Amino acid sequence: MPGAEKRSVLVVMRHSPYGSSLAKAAVDVALAAGAFDQPVDLLFTGDGVLQLFPDQDSHSLGKKNMGRQLASLPMYDIDRVYVDAEAASRYNLDTATSPVEAKLLDPREMRQLMVGYDHLLGL
Amino acid sequence: MIYSLLILSPSVSGHGSRLGAEFARSAIARGHSIRRVFFLDAATTASSCNSIFAQDELNPAQAWEALHEEHAVELVICISSALKYGMLDDTEADRHGRPCASVNPAFTVSGLGQLVDACANSDRLMTFGG
Repeated sequence: MPGAEKRSVLVVMRHSPYGSSLAKAAVDVALAAGAFDQPVDLLFTGDGVLQLFPDQDSHSLGKKNMGRQLASLPMYDIDRVYVDAEAASRYNLDTATSPVEAKLLDPREMRQLMVGYDHLLGL
Repeated sequence: MIYSLLILSPSVSGHGSRLGAEFARSAIARGHSIRRVFFLDAATTASSCNSIFAQDELNPAQAWEALHEEHAVELVICISSALKYGMLDDTEADRHGRPCASVNPAFTVSGLGQLVDACANSDRLMTFGG
């Protein structure tokens, strides 16, 4: 993107992986930002943490496997991934098994994280 | 200030499309500029040239069209969402062998790079709906 400035973006993933088409749209936005060399980080919050479960089998739904897409994030230099610790605990998610390495944040840490970006993209 | 807007909700449900258009009009009236409005997912249906609303109902698509005509606001719909929702311009209708286009010519069909570019070149990005 010639002449483009760089502004940091945090994409906030709020939807369950197969319940809303916005979940995949959010990953696509993050990958596009990475492909255009823009600094982008991810925060999974609320139902969005369901995207981080291992061994997702979306075959019977006729949809692409979100876990596999998330696993490709580091190839686009997207390696800062954060998770809402409260939501992870509610869904009993063990982030050690997630398709992408993710850091747990408590509500105070999430607030601190969000103020550090030029743009928040909540999908 | 330079704003860009990301619209996520469809024009027939929720308030995102209507509020987004009202925000854009107010921002321009106060001397700000709108670099781009990007429609993602179900919001791409706002570009339909075939939607018909009852006479006493607001059609948000008209509000967008007016912004484009009066203030040259750039309206971009995400191509991957647009194809799924059947929003095709002449080129895409041709490419996929469909009988006619369904997108209002005030809207441009393009890729997510346009949203990334809007982020990189706007002071504020406002999201409506989702």
